[in-house]
Amino acid sequence: MTLRKYRQADWEEPLIFELGREDRVGFDVPSLEPELIDAVADITEFVPSGMLRTKPAGLPEVSEIEVLRHFIHLSQMNYGVSSGIIYPLGSCTMKYNPVVNEVLAGHPKMTEVHPEQDESSVQGMLEFLYKLKSGFLEVTGMDDGTLQPAAGAHGEYTGILLIRAYHQNHGELDSRTEIIIPDSAHGTNPASAIMAGYKTVEVPSNEDGGVDLGALKSVVGPQTAGLMLTNPNTLGIFDENIAEIAAIIHEVGGLMYYDGANLNAVMGKCRPGDMGFDVVHVNLHKTFSTPHGGGGPGSGPVGVKALLADYLPVPDIVESDGIYSLSYDKPKTIGKVHGYHGNTNVMLKAYTYMLSLGGEGLKEASELAVLNSNYVAYKLKELRGLSLPFGEGKWRMHEAVLSAAEMEADTGVRALNVSKKLLDYGIHAPTTYFPLIVPEALMVEPTETEPIEALDEFIEAVKEISELAYSDPEEVMNAPKNTTIGKLDEAKAAHPKTICLSWRTYCTMAP
Amino acid sequence: MEKPHPYLPNSAPDVKEKMMDDIGIKSIDELYSDVPEELLYTGTLDIPGPYTEWEVRREVSGILEKNTSLLCPPFLGGGVWPHYVPVVVDEIIHRAEFLTSYTPYQPEITQGMLQVIFEYQSLLCELVGMEVGNASMYDWASALGEAARMTSRLTRKSTFLVPSIISPSRLAVLKSYAEPAGIKTVQVDYDKTTGLLDVEDLKENMDDDTAGVYIENPSYLGFIEENVEDIAEVAHDSKALFVVGVDPISLGLIKPPGEYGADLVIGEGQPLGNHMNYGGPLLGLFACKSDPKMIRQMPGRLIGLTEALDRPKRGFTMTLQTREQHIRRKKATSNICSNQALCAAAGAVYLSLMGPQGMKELSEVVASRARYAIRRINNLPGVRAPIFSSFHFKEFTVRFSGITVEEVNRGLLDRQLHGGKSLVNEFPDLDETALYCVTELHTKKDIDLLVSSLAEVLEG
Repeated sequence: MTLRKYRQADWEEPLIFELGREDRVGFDVPSLEPELIDAVADITEFVPSGMLRTKPAGLPEVSEIEVLRHFIHLSQMNYGVSSGIIYPLGSCTMKYNPVVNEVLAGHPKMTEVHPEQDESSVQGMLEFLYKLKSGFLEVTGMDDGTLQPAAGAHGEYTGILLIRAYHQNHGELDSRTEIIIPDSAHGTNPASAIMAGYKTVEVPSNEDGGVDLGALKSVVGPQTAGLMLTNPNTLGIFDENIAEIAAIIHEVGGLMYYDGANLNAVMGKCRPGDMGFDVVHVNLHKTFSTPHGGGGPGSGPVGVKALLADYLPVPDIVESDGIYSLSYDKPKTIGKVHGYHGNTNVMLKAYTYMLSLGGEGLKEASELAVLNSNYVAYKLKELRGLSLPFGEGKWRMHEAVLSAAEMEADTGVRALNVSKKLLDYGIHAPTTYFPLIVPEALMVEPTETEPIEALDEFIEAVKEISELAYSDPEEVMNAPKNTTIGKLDEAKAAHPKTICLSWRTYCTMAP
Repeated sequence: MEKPHPYLPNSAPDVKEKMMDDIGIKSIDELYSDVPEELLYTGTLDIPGPYTEWEVRREVSGILEKNTSLLCPPFLGGGVWPHYVPVVVDEIIHRAEFLTSYTPYQPEITQGMLQVIFEYQSLLCELVGMEVGNASMYDWASALGEAARMTSRLTRKSTFLVPSIISPSRLAVLKSYAEPAGIKTVQVDYDKTTGLLDVEDLKENMDDDTAGVYIENPSYLGFIEENVEDIAEVAHDSKALFVVGVDPISLGLIKPPGEYGADLVIGEGQPLGNHMNYGGPLLGLFACKSDPKMIRQMPGRLIGLTEALDRPKRGFTMTLQTREQHIRRKKATSNICSNQALCAAAGAVYLSLMGPQGMKELSEVVASRARYAIRRINNLPGVRAPIFSSFHFKEFTVRFSGITVEEVNRGLLDRQLHGGKSLVNEFPDLDETALYCVTELHTKKDIDLLVSSLAEVLEG
């Protein structure tokens, strides 16, 4: 296979503030009707003295075509799933974001609806939200849930607040102070637990990458509030001891939290609810195909077992005789985590995706995600300098974590360099240096939507990089060269004397 | 499934077989051999489908069509508002290179999004009068929660003062963020005539433990808080931080918080080019002064301008990531990972299109329309609008007598209009009062129709 010669656009695009000229406008604001002007006179005269803006905001003055071109140029200096070749970014589930989802999400009866509208006027909205919730509860095997959390970490925070409310209601808020988290966990897990006021206790992984049961038993006790776990874990390995782990936690009165970041491996194959989890969040922007938008918006609904249902945020969407309504009848609720109902527009995309695949299709999606990941892992681990640590002989689930430790020792080429060199082939980098327990980690998640040709192109690129590392390591270490820009001065970006986070600051800095 | 699905390219039997052959398995189930048998799900997920593209369009549109059609945008505000979204905004944020990209962790190949977010941060700073903006929070409510926590981290104190006139749902979210951190939320009284914050009551509530003083401008009930300099002084005299929440559309007309002593500015960026979408996704604004101590305590992502290492060329990158969960884990300033980047991008395009003149004009048009609506509604028999004497921007209270808000709204809905939000449960002291909102999307004709419809409803 010959790899393509990729060259990303570089428009040397000025900042928007450097474009345009005085008195140019990009949008024509609708004027007041003459009768209305007569009726209200000059509004600025009514603004309380001292509260009138005297100096217009320092915004650029740019025409419509200049704005359009500027941002289209910038888009061409960016890389997306639909515009790239493959986006094997581990833990992020960068699957195809179907176009039909976007089309439906643009329906005016989705976009132009206010969240405080009377229930009778938003029956369609409530219906799809109700059905989406039922769908994600079905996939996760939970009893009830909330759609409010706007992202995965927001879901984690909500889930931990639910655990906290449960212990509070059982008179154990002050005694149960610890959340147990494996050393392979996502960074959001400890951050969410700490935000909710807990101490975190880290447990090590065993040689299979699972939770070390001995270590777990040694840290649980009456102070345990719960355990946060993703299964399959961040190594892409299914923890076969999950039932025992749940039993250990439940025996001491703790609750089990499922980080749904890795749910894409197991839809229709096994369910967190059946594994013994009490609360789970799902990333609709991973598993249910909604786009990541350059960092968000996501959506992180939370599902719970019946024992936590009373504490869920309000309002709840309920149905009776085909009429949907919002219920605030939850005296023990944790309250609210979002100003309204969560990222509802994102949810419409997820609902569309769910129907596009159906129950059978979701299962097949998971199976193919796992097949794709094992196919890639199987071929990559054979390459010089790479290995597949932990879980010797075990199949991977939706993702696999390779190590470039040997390559680094042999040639000085690090996982970071491999990643940067991949960019030169027009391939997005895997996640690097995560999970922390794998040295020189390259975390690869191809997802089910990549055709075998894309997988092979990725594998071939890594192969060429591996060969290059051993023949001309400098060449790899100097990458990337075909992207809009090469390596950046990260130290300058972060140094207190040179940090620049806005145009305003930029203007004050010496050239 | 019976036939290959368009989203699943390797579901074709020959490809699947080749791949299974290559890795040495006979069946996909072998890959799931680590899942204990008793945990394997043997049923079929009860989810309808698979639907073809045409079927799914018909099904989902069919559900959405059940939402009522209104003759003009609802007269609702309170934290999400009907404003016009220029077509260029949607054109840009639907570009696949932006829409389908992840967080720009690989800056070399994502300069586009990084520059967009840097520009968003910069435009936000110009609008609110600050020097540092972050890349977004989930919404105004969570930005408020994070702001309270940030003031507590910076001052090592744990009481956060907020106005009594505040959106109850925003207050509920604030408590969800503050309470687990041991931060007490205290509500400050208001002047019953003007609605303005009672500065004397504020002073009485200030003590050694006050971390922050929060006001909203415009307030939840639409009036402009005037005593801002006094409030800032009271806060700063006690070494507390002054936090201001804004509706950014007001800032073409109203003085930005940076000019009256705010240390932190938050707010709801939805009206900057984002549709209402039944309340999500929104855009939590978050900006602070250029103080290294404050910047270190900022939650969320920050995009910085820097240079290429190999040549003199400007470039952009995520910076100060040591504040964030993926590096600092349990010592992070916040757990936020996914944010509202694309909504921030919409905000950048919107503010670029509007420019200083556009924002000024828009602000004036909105306030003028609201003023017209207030005057006309206030002339209706048995109706008072607004109940406070202060200047209102685009939202205002309407108090009814002899009829309930619920009855009024039902009458309006029968006429395909959506009235204001009932405050009956939120603020029982205000009797039968609703919160109305008028924007540039409500023409004189729309407002006149609202008024004549209200008159009909009132007459019974």
